Amino acid sequence: MKVAVLKGGRSLERGVSLRSGARVEDALERLGHEVLPIDVGPDLVKRLVAERPEVAFVAMHGVGGEDGTVQELLEILGIPFTGPGAAACARCMDKVLAKDAIEETGLPTPDWFACNQTAFREFGAADALGHLEESLGFPLVVKPSRGGSALGVKFAAAPGEVPQALVSAFIYDERVLLERYVEGRELAVSILGDEPLPVVEAVPLTGDRYDFEARYEIGRTRFACPAELSAEEERAVTEAALATYRALGCTGFARIDLILAADGPWLLEANAIPGLTDTSLLPQAAEAAGLSFEQLVERILELALEPAAA
Amino acid sequence: MSEVPEPTHRRRSHAGTRDLERYAGLFAERTTVMRSSAMRDLMAITARPEVISLAGGLPDTSTFPPQSFAAQMTRIAQESAAEALQYGPTEGFEETKDCILEVMGAEGMLPDPDDIIVTTGGQQAIDLVCKTLVDPGDVVICEAPTYPGAVPVFCSYQADVVQVECDEDGMRVEVLEQLLADLRREGRKLKFIYSVPSFQNPAGVTMSLQRRHQLVELARANELLVIEDNPYGLLRYEGEPMPPLYQLDGGDFVIYLGTFSKILSPGIRLGWAVAPPPVMEKIVLGKQAADLCTSTLTQYFVREYFAERRWQQYVDNLVEIYRGRRDTMIEALRMHFPAEATWTEPEGGLFIWATLPDYIDTGDLLAKALRADVAFVPGQAAYVDGRGRHSMRLNFSGVSDDEIREGVRRIGKVIAEQVELYEALTGEQRVAEPAEESAPNVVPFRKAGGEAG
Repeated sequence: MKVAVLKGGRSLERGVSLRSGARVEDALERLGHEVLPIDVGPDLVKRLVAERPEVAFVAMHGVGGEDGTVQELLEILGIPFTGPGAAACARCMDKVLAKDAIEETGLPTPDWFACNQTAFREFGAADALGHLEESLGFPLVVKPSRGGSALGVKFAAAPGEVPQALVSAFIYDERVLLERYVEGRELAVSILGDEPLPVVEAVPLTGDRYDFEARYEIGRTRFACPAELSAEEERAVTEAALATYRALGCTGFARIDLILAADGPWLLEANAIPGLTDTSLLPQAAEAAGLSFEQLVERILELALEPAAA
Repeated sequence: MSEVPEPTHRRRSHAGTRDLERYAGLFAERTTVMRSSAMRDLMAITARPEVISLAGGLPDTSTFPPQSFAAQMTRIAQESAAEALQYGPTEGFEETKDCILEVMGAEGMLPDPDDIIVTTGGQQAIDLVCKTLVDPGDVVICEAPTYPGAVPVFCSYQADVVQVECDEDGMRVEVLEQLLADLRREGRKLKFIYSVPSFQNPAGVTMSLQRRHQLVELARANELLVIEDNPYGLLRYEGEPMPPLYQLDGGDFVIYLGTFSKILSPGIRLGWAVAPPPVMEKIVLGKQAADLCTSTLTQYFVREYFAERRWQQYVDNLVEIYRGRRDTMIEALRMHFPAEATWTEPEGGLFIWATLPDYIDTGDLLAKALRADVAFVPGQAAYVDGRGRHSMRLNFSGVSDDEIREGVRRIGKVIAEQVELYEALTGEQRVAEPAEESAPNVVPFRKAGGEAG
């Protein structure tokens, strides 16, 4: 089969995407497919039209590749593609939309407020900060609404730390959210098709547990897969993740991140195109389920080619 | 036509990379400290052609005359092809050492040629010194901020890196003295103090003469080794030359590291180390294990090049060019950076270190700067403990005057947007500081209080 692998692009996560893409290309070749690697740029449509791949493997992360932009284009061109559709991607990418959808289903997600940069620049939203802080309490987490990995995610322990956290978060998006910090175990549930894979737990090893950037550095966090959970905890966590996956309209695969607190799971966000590098969580979860990387890639392709359920 | 197999450029098929755990069990302990981060991924984007990169540390090799390069290489091919293509001695050729003696002599140093080893760039010299001296858990002291490229070397030998603050006169030796006392009390084993005393990378500052004397005396009194890394010493644009630590000490407690990278070419990968004989003996063994010998071909090139007796003229030429670029950058910083920003005004070298208001994280700022097609090194890269978040390293040697002006303008613009947003968030109005008469808007290296960066 002729498979286009879309990777790179101009997003801030270009580096991870190139690594995900390269790994997928290797696997596809070993599986005997004809691989068409595309570093996504202005000639994308021209190349897709000229080469007519049977299916596109989207290995892009961040704005442009994970937010529905490329997916919309592929839908227009009538090329089947891996991962969630354009609308689901847009919902996953935007944490505000995602949290809205999660809340509608009645699933628990930490209290939060969203704010646009314009509100601060033009409408004096700074005066509302005290009110927000009071209602959320400290510590709180400031996140760009749209953005991948841990870029721009900051922790504020006290009111004085909020403005500079916002200044950083606004670099990545016009809209940010302030979220109540929930103490608990950090879990990620990858879902393949409609099947939850074994749960991964991120266990910080050293230093400041609130340093979100450190969390993704090799050597500062240990990822345990499968996470040590009681049968009851595991059921609660996977059910919440699956319900979130469905509420967001995901198909193919996605990764749901959540906190397991003393009172149960709290849903944080969904990643429409989780990383596929050799240190990423989805491949680790698949491995724990007995799927090699090739088998994972093959399954993702099959799901892309299945007739749409909807 | 005969069947010629198509050349294949396929990536090696990584059978089994999928099973990270299988390899994880084989990795050495020290690899766990080799880190990869989102910030490193961001730096990968700086390679886009449209990005003006002030993030590099590159000398301008376009100033080296191609005809001269061609003539030297031709002469080598015609007169000594067989020798130039052969292995050489681990310590390096005597002729290369003669060139090194000339370069060190230009800064007033007269080492014994037997104390010199030619290395594959100055970076290997740092590696070999660590290989010779550092056991896991040993303490290594360096400046704060320090050369970002030295940190991974220290970490790969599992050193416990401790940083001593700098101010505009270089490493604060009185702080170092206190630290030495603390370490002694705690019974921790200190192996060496690493310093770039002249035109430091990244801060651009130069250690004062008084501090140089203090540092050398401190080393002597405590029988400690100081590693003096001096890649930029000859690139002085103003002021009086400063004696290297090696010269002040006479080579008993100072290991000296030099390189041809900044005065000739980094592509030839030629550096050197000068160490007392017992240490040198071990370094030579380490070098033998690492790569047997430094490239014979590039040593021949340096020999030919120095025989023309124009190397100092070439350095003078570089000094002229870089001085102009430094001035251009300082002028651009005055014009485009906010009043609250401070930066160093280096008397030589390749870098300026700028520090922004403490509500601006330069790691995040880089993401915004990249959208404006400009890049710098976030200050955090020069610290081992997460400090430096409000500073940045700017390079002026590898970019043209126009690029410097435009690059600094773009950075200034993204900073201004952040400042404006912060004011909107806090309701604070920025009060422009009254400009000093001699240097408006410019404060030299921020006096290191809690956080130097």
